[in-house]
Amino acid sequence: MNIHEYQAKQLLQESGVPVPLSILAFTPEEAAKGAKEIFEQTGTDEIAVKAQIHSGGRGKGGGVKIAHNVEEVEKFAKQIIGMTLVTHQTGPVGKFVRKIIVQQGIYQSGPSEIKEYYISILLNRATGRNMIVYSSQGGMDIEAVAAQTPELIFKEEIHPIGVQAFQARRIAFNLGLKDKAFSQMVKCVMAMYDTYIKNDLSLLEINPLVKTSNEDIWAVDAKVNIEDNALYRHPNLELLRDTDEEDPTEVEAGENNLNFVKLDGNVGCMVNGAGLAMATMDIIKLSGGDPANFLDVGGGANAKTVAAGFRIILKDPHVKAILINIFGGIVRCDRVAQGVVDAYKEIGNISVPVIVRLQGTNAKEGKDLIDQSGLKVSSAVSLQEAADLVKVAVK
Amino acid sequence: MSVLVNKDSRVIVQGFTGSEGTFHATQMIEYGTNVVGGITPGKGGQTHLGLPVFNTVEEAVKKVKANVSVIFVPPAYAADTILEAATGGIKVIICITEGIPVADMVKVKHVLSELHDVHLIGPNCPGVISPGEAKVGIMPGFIHKKGSIGVISRSGTLTYEAVDQLTKQGLGQSTCIGIGGDPIIGTTTLEAVKLLMADSETEGIVMIGEIGGSMETEAARWIKAHGTKPVVGFIAGQTAPKGRRMGHAGAIIGGDDDTASAKMKIMKECGLHVVESPAMIGETMKRVLKK
Repeated sequence: MNIHEYQAKQLLQESGVPVPLSILAFTPEEAAKGAKEIFEQTGTDEIAVKAQIHSGGRGKGGGVKIAHNVEEVEKFAKQIIGMTLVTHQTGPVGKFVRKIIVQQGIYQSGPSEIKEYYISILLNRATGRNMIVYSSQGGMDIEAVAAQTPELIFKEEIHPIGVQAFQARRIAFNLGLKDKAFSQMVKCVMAMYDTYIKNDLSLLEINPLVKTSNEDIWAVDAKVNIEDNALYRHPNLELLRDTDEEDPTEVEAGENNLNFVKLDGNVGCMVNGAGLAMATMDIIKLSGGDPANFLDVGGGANAKTVAAGFRIILKDPHVKAILINIFGGIVRCDRVAQGVVDAYKEIGNISVPVIVRLQGTNAKEGKDLIDQSGLKVSSAVSLQEAADLVKVAVK
Repeated sequence: MSVLVNKDSRVIVQGFTGSEGTFHATQMIEYGTNVVGGITPGKGGQTHLGLPVFNTVEEAVKKVKANVSVIFVPPAYAADTILEAATGGIKVIICITEGIPVADMVKVKHVLSELHDVHLIGPNCPGVISPGEAKVGIMPGFIHKKGSIGVISRSGTLTYEAVDQLTKQGLGQSTCIGIGGDPIIGTTTLEAVKLLMADSETEGIVMIGEIGGSMETEAARWIKAHGTKPVVGFIAGQTAPKGRRMGHAGAIIGGDDDTASAKMKIMKECGLHVVESPAMIGETMKRVLKK
């Protein structure tokens, strides 16, 4: 589950990671009021106005602006709230901005050079352990750093007993820190790992982590993913979910216990099992179509789930055909076939061709049911037959 | 021979008296699997499906000489259940449960790294079957046929699809291992490949992977250096977008290396028979074996 930057910073702050003072605002007035408070409390001479959407690259898209007085904050807030922000992560449709934060600026010049670092914590799948990835090249796209200067990216693997102080020191040394900034960085790394473990995160990324001209360390931005499988033990974190940021069809699918991911293609599909669902998308592509979605109906494919699946897929006007691919194991194909027939009749006017491929337990009975239903549904038994039918449908 | 499970396996079911455990234990027994009992803490001493129920794994190992366990407990309790089996004397642990938190699996993996003779299969997997000998999992038994092809897969129904194609080509299976779709699993693709390469009965291997992680490329490189049998490979998710979780917790493209096309390219370079279409798995194996 993704959360907003301001929520991520709250979690970081609870563990003791230093974050600049920021205030959430839904209107330019609230932003101006917040900015006034921040100017007075911190004595800063600038404030960042930042769009809160679930996406990176907000600055490049015009969703982050630096203001030097309350009037400017209000002006930028007016521009950003209500805009549709397009970033490399949102796709061309972009995301509507409902809220912003105003944040204390910490980039004042002073005795020491200002530095931006990158630091993240995530699972290293190859070893089954968490790792801290960090670089002296913060403030930019870390994938670009990895591609151009891989020698500037460091990794620190963490034993399941937890991060050790020597590891935090190694990170601070490798980043070239000394004195006050060094000890602040050590504390910051330990606190970051605490945030990651305590909240069952699957990703914690701070970019940039800034060393100010006063040798202070601040987490200026934060991106957090909470692991879905662990949400059951964090009811407080579940409250941070913002369904405004999710695709409405995906939200609806989730309510129907369907695992759905929206894609851009023209052939919808409904499959039991995630691996077979991906393989079915691949078959669609090889047959000359493009998958319009990933949809795993799980172990209980019945009339109700199939009907919900039909409704969700048919919301997409680009869908030219639907392929249902079920491998019956515990699920009997004849029951799935009956489900398809019932759902088809219930929905009524399905104007696109529907191809049903049933294999496994009672596949023959299932095919007979489809063939005798009188509906405009074609049936297939082998995966290749299904692929051939898709080929005809997308022509 | 087969690997991991066979007719002599003495199988216990953890989460025996629950609805999933009861349903699948019944199916396994019908298939002919040597199920010797089950575990439900607090119900020890009772009889379920005509078999003894024990409070602890240790007791089952002592009293009925259990050596294989299959786990059907909810995700919140699954890591604990795996660790009880692993430290209680079980050598092959097959965890069907989906949805175990990663943090729990980090700990499990650590404990298992110190128990060298214990194989964990899964979690989030369909289980292991050696056709005609033992079915330890949730797969439909009837699509399988005893034979000499080993199957390794991260997915459930896609494994059934591959097995069905093999059987229809007249190619039976030695052992089919569903290794699971989570980011942290016990037995990896490579470890499963090594088991099947060493198995005298296995003549060919089907290796089905998916997007996310680097297990398939790791296995492919080992096969190039040490492989002695033909391997047919497929990676699901050629059309999956980056950064989106495709059903399985582990099926998510993180970078350029764990896309389907990147993996298939390396697999081809390592001499595997890679199929672009999942409909061609059985046919390709048949053709490769004829050579």
